Amino acid sequence: MKYFQQLKLNPRALTIASIVGAALFAATADAKTFRWASAGDILTMDPHSQNEGLNNPMNGHVYEPLVTRDEKMALEACLAVSWAQLDPATMRFKLRDKVTFQDGSPFTADDVVFSIMRAMDKTSDYKAYTQGIKEVRKVDNLTVDIVSTGPNPTLLDQLTQLRVMNKAWAVKFNVLHPTDFKNKEESWAVRNANGTGAYIMKTREPDVKTVFVANSNWWGKRGNVDEIIYTPIKSDATRVAALISGEVDLILDPPVQDIAKLGQNKDLKIVEGNENRTIFVNFDQSRDELLYGSKGKNPFKDLRVRQAMLLTIDVPAIHKTVMRGLSLPTMSMIAPQVRGYSKDLEKRPAVDIEKAKKLMAEAGLAQGFDVTFDCPNDRYKNDEKICTAIAGMLSKIGIRIKLNAMPKAAYFPKIQKSDTSMFLYGWGVPTFDSLYTLQEIIRTKGSGADGANNYSGYSNPKGDAVIDKLKTEIDFAKRTELTKEALLIDQADVGHIPLHHQMIPWAMKKNVSVAHRADNGLYAMSVMIK
Amino acid sequence: MLAFIIQRLLQCALVMIAVGFIAFSLFNFVGDPVSLMLPPEATTADRDEVRKSLGLDQPFYVQFVKFAGNALQGNFGISLRLGRPVSQLLIERLPATLELSMTAALLALLVGIPMGVYTALKRDSWLSRFILTISLIGVSLPSFLIGIFLILIFAVWLGWLPSFGRGDTIKLGLWSTGFLTLSGLKALILPAITLGLFQMTLILRLVRSEMLEVLRTDYIKFARARGLTNNAVHFGHALKNTLVPVITIAGLQLGQIIAFAIITETVFQWPGMGLLFIQAVQFADIPVMAAYLCLVGFIFVFLNLIVDMLYYVVDPRLRAERSGGGH
Repeated sequence: MKYFQQLKLNPRALTIASIVGAALFAATADAKTFRWASAGDILTMDPHSQNEGLNNPMNGHVYEPLVTRDEKMALEACLAVSWAQLDPATMRFKLRDKVTFQDGSPFTADDVVFSIMRAMDKTSDYKAYTQGIKEVRKVDNLTVDIVSTGPNPTLLDQLTQLRVMNKAWAVKFNVLHPTDFKNKEESWAVRNANGTGAYIMKTREPDVKTVFVANSNWWGKRGNVDEIIYTPIKSDATRVAALISGEVDLILDPPVQDIAKLGQNKDLKIVEGNENRTIFVNFDQSRDELLYGSKGKNPFKDLRVRQAMLLTIDVPAIHKTVMRGLSLPTMSMIAPQVRGYSKDLEKRPAVDIEKAKKLMAEAGLAQGFDVTFDCPNDRYKNDEKICTAIAGMLSKIGIRIKLNAMPKAAYFPKIQKSDTSMFLYGWGVPTFDSLYTLQEIIRTKGSGADGANNYSGYSNPKGDAVIDKLKTEIDFAKRTELTKEALLIDQADVGHIPLHHQMIPWAMKKNVSVAHRADNGLYAMSVMIK
Repeated sequence: MLAFIIQRLLQCALVMIAVGFIAFSLFNFVGDPVSLMLPPEATTADRDEVRKSLGLDQPFYVQFVKFAGNALQGNFGISLRLGRPVSQLLIERLPATLELSMTAALLALLVGIPMGVYTALKRDSWLSRFILTISLIGVSLPSFLIGIFLILIFAVWLGWLPSFGRGDTIKLGLWSTGFLTLSGLKALILPAITLGLFQMTLILRLVRSEMLEVLRTDYIKFARARGLTNNAVHFGHALKNTLVPVITIAGLQLGQIIAFAIITETVFQWPGMGLLFIQAVQFADIPVMAAYLCLVGFIFVFLNLIVDMLYYVVDPRLRAERSGGGH
C-alpha cells in the first residue's frame, strides 16, 4: 500500500505549486494567441477513437481524465480529487465537485461510468488502457468504484488516457460508441467536442487548421493563452520556414538536421528532453532456420553470436554521427522516466571487434552469415540511417546485412506477422510503468498482452516467472527490484540490443515558455507567451 | 459528329474501368490499413475482425466489383484516417486545387504566350536570350525546389508572403474561395508560380518554335508581299496559326497541373486534393486513394475528350475524311 500513499501525496503538493504558479501568471496574464504546428493533423476529436501520439494531448485540451500527469510525468488529480483502495481489486474515486461540461451540463458519476464503458467498447482504440477493468460502479453522484479482475498496479496509469465525455450529449448526438469505420456516416464526435477541459474547440478544418479558445468556466489554472491555432505543415522545410518567418510560435518536430541552425537563430530556442521511447534491435530467436538469410542453423540462437553483435554495434558512434547528439544512448530497455528504472541497467560493454570476432569463430561462424535487416523509414527519428550504420558496423565481423527499409504502413504488418529475421523496433511506454515493456516485448508469447509485441520470439522461462510476479505486485520498491531482475536476465541473454532513448527537441520563439514532456504531448495550459 | 462522340465516350468508359482496376490493384502493395487503425497491442483476432468488417478479407475481384458499384453512385466509403465520407472530403478539397490550378494555368498562358511571341519576333535581342536562359531553369528545376526557394526569399527573408496554407477563405455555397480575401490572394501567389512555372516555360518555348516555323511559310511571305503591316502579319496571321497546337497542349497540360499539384500542395501545405492524397498514401487510406485516382483519371479522360472534339472543330481535314465515308 505504500505505493498508493506516495501517489496520494502528489496532488496536494502540486496544488500548492499550481497556486504559486497561478499567482505568478496573474501578474502578467493578458490573453495571447498561441500558434503551433507539426507534421501530422489531429485525426479525430472522439476521445476513444484514435490512440495516437498527437491525438491524445489534443483531445486532452477538451476532454479530461480522472487522473492526469504533471510535467514530470507524476500522477496528479484531475476530475477525481482523491482515491483509495477498498480491497485489492476495488478502488474508490471521489470526483471533483461543481465541474461543468462546455455545454453547461454538470459533470457527475454517470459520465465517468459511461465514458470508461465506452472506452471498453468493441470499436474503441483505448482497450489497452481498460485492461483488467471489470466494472465501473456509481456509488453516488460524486463517487465511483472501479473494480478490476484482480490487483491492478497500473490502474491509475491507465486512467490517465481514459477521458470523460458527457453522457447526455453522447445520447443526444448518437455517439454512444467510438467512431466505427463500418459506418458510412461521419460520427458527430469526430468534429464536435464537449468536455470539461481548459479549452473549447471552436473550429476544425481537417488538414488546414483547428482553433481552440479558453474555457472560462474551467476549474484549473492555465498560462496566458486564450486561443490556440494548430496547423499541420507536412513538409519539413516549410514548417521550419514558418517558424523562422514568425508565422507560428512553436514547432513540435523540427527536423534533426535543422536543430543546430535553429538554435543559433537569435529569435528562437530549442527545448529538449528524452522521450520514453526506446529504440532497439531484434533478431529471430525462435526459428531453427532464418527466413531471410543464410540457410542452415539460425545463428541468432547462439548466445555467442548475440554477444558478438552487442560488442560490435557502436552506440556512441550512432549517437554522435547519425543522431547528431540528439539521443540518450542506453543499455536499458526502459527509459529513466519509466517506473522501475534503475541506473544498474546501464552497463554496456565497450566496443571490442577482436573479442567479437573470436566469439563468432567459437560459434563456428568465422566466415560470417547473411541476413536481411527490416527497417522502417518514416517512423522513428533517423530510423533508416540507424539501420544503415548498424549494417556497416556488423559487416566488420562478417555479418552481411541486406537492408530492407520501407514505410511504416508496409513495415508494421510484416513485423506483426513475425515475417522477419532481424528488425529495428521502438517502444514507448504510455503507462510509464515497466510492466508495459516487460510484458509486451520481453515476455514469451502467451494470451492477452503477454508477448503481444514480442516478434523476435525471445523466450526465457526464468524471466517470464519474474514478469508474472510483477503483474500483481503493488509495492513500489519490490516492483523496481523485479523489473531490474527481469531486465538483467534479458541483458545476460542479449535478447535485444538497446540503442538509445529518443530525444524530442521542440523549437519555438524565445518569448514562449512551455513545459516539455516526456510523452511528447504539448499542453497549452502550460504555455506562457511574453 | 455524333458517332464520333459516342465512339469516344465508349473509349473513355473503357479507360476509366482500366484506371479503376489498376488503381485498385495497386493497393495490395501500399500496406495494411488495419495495422495503423488498431493499437500495437491489438490481438490477431481483433485485427481479423476489423479486416472482415471492412471487407478486406474478401477476394480481390469481389472487393473491386463492390468498389466500382459504389463508385458509380458517388459513394467512395469513409476515410480510414479522418473518419469522414470520402466524397465529402473531395468536394471540400476540390475548390482549393482548382483555384490553384486555374491560377497557375492562366499565369502560364498570359505570361508564356507573349514572351514566346516576343522571343520569336526579336530572336537576337539580349532580352530574348535572357528569357530563354531563364526558361531553362523553369524546365529543368523540380517544382519542390522552386517552391522552397520562393519560400526562403519571400517568406523567410523578405517576410512579404505566407509560407504555407491558403489564408482566409469565404464560403460560397459548397465552394470555398480564397479569391475574395487579401490573405487568400497573398497565399495564392507563391504556390501558383511554383505550379505554373514549368507550364509557362513549356508554352513559351512551344509558341516560339511554332511561331518561327509559321513565319517561314509561304503565306506569310505572301502577306508581306501584299504590303500588310507587321502587326497584321504577326498577330492576324502568324499567331493565329501558331495557337492551334498551343491550345491542344495547354488543354492536356491543365490535366497535368491538376494531377501534379500534389508536390506543390505538399510543399505549401495547400489544403487541396493532392495533399489529401499524399497523406492517404502514408496512412494506407485506401478509400481516399482510390477515389482520388479515379477522379484524376476522369479529369484526364474528360480533357482528352474535349481536346479531341476541338480538333474535330478546328481541323477541317478530320471532318472531310469522316464525311468521305458516304454517310
